[in-house]
Amino acid sequence: MSAMTEAQGIWVYAVAEVVPDGSLGELTGVSGGPVKTLAAAGLTAVAEQVPLAEFGEAALHRNLEDLDWLEEKARAHHAVIDAIAQQQPLVPMRLATVYHGEEGVTGLLTERSRDFRALLDRIRGRREWGVKAYAAQSAAVGDEATGSARKAQPSAGSGTAYLNRRRQERSAQEEARQAAMTSTADIHDTLAGLAMAFRLHPPQAPQLHGHKQPMLLNAAYLLDDERADEFADVVRSLAADHPSVRLELTGPWPPYSFAELPELTPAGDPA
Amino acid sequence: MTAQPRVPAQRAAAPVEGRVVRDPEVPGPRLALVDLLDRVLAGGVVVTGEIVLSIADIDLVVVSLRALVTSVSALDGPVPVGRDDPS
Repeated sequence: MSAMTEAQGIWVYAVAEVVPDGSLGELTGVSGGPVKTLAAAGLTAVAEQVPLAEFGEAALHRNLEDLDWLEEKARAHHAVIDAIAQQQPLVPMRLATVYHGEEGVTGLLTERSRDFRALLDRIRGRREWGVKAYAAQSAAVGDEATGSARKAQPSAGSGTAYLNRRRQERSAQEEARQAAMTSTADIHDTLAGLAMAFRLHPPQAPQLHGHKQPMLLNAAYLLDDERADEFADVVRSLAADHPSVRLELTGPWPPYSFAELPELTPAGDPA
Repeated sequence: MTAQPRVPAQRAAAPVEGRVVRDPEVPGPRLALVDLLDRVLAGGVVVTGEIVLSIADIDLVVVSLRALVTSVSALDGPVPVGRDDPS
């Protein structure tokens, strides 16, 4: 059969300590195959054998631009990581980390075992929570602005009055924007104070988040599990205290935003 | 007097301020794709070495945005990016 000779790679999901066989259960991965473990240096990589025809370099370049493919694989990658993260600390790998063979994966575990252990210790008992803030221009301001603009337009004679009104509207909008920015900074400071670490992702483009108002904050916070309820309560009270912004809380996430190995120096030692 | 039982589901059901999109005790709605891509494309450990594709060679965020924007603009009107129907 051609499947026997087809070139295969190893997709890596995450690195953890010992992963009991039972944890993997019926998990299927990005290529629909079984998820397996590869162990070395007291660490375990959660992985899957994948055909290079779909997951090789050229194929990945092409497929990553196909939204349907990307969505399917991103969700499958996340499903495996999330299932195991419910049970034990784990360091997620970036999407599309594909090795040529098992030796490459076990080599990674061996060479970076100290770094992986340090990361696992850092995220043990903690999870990532996402907070997004959008400007929330009040409906009253918006209605007023469009209402007065509508009224102004027919009386073309009073150009100066029209321009004045437009200027007032713009300065009201600018004030609202400034208030929202100030609120967002305060909100982030408060949330960062509760977290072990935070990371600021770039705000999502309006075409992607689908809201009329711009996104002002797209943050990830690494929180002790015991503080998760408190954190959600604080987010709610911040939202109530800051009417100029609208907040969204997501999570808990596996610690994607906090999984970063220290750079290797040219000598191969961690910097 | 009886003590009020704690109802974890209430946390996920508070929709307006600080919406908890996903809760460990409550199977919530599907994750928004764009939030997921923020994490799986920009987070996670990046390695070099025996891999088939060096992540440094490809700006995945730009790629994903291009794919998303193309997909969204191909449709009429604003659509939620995280689609619920697995079509």
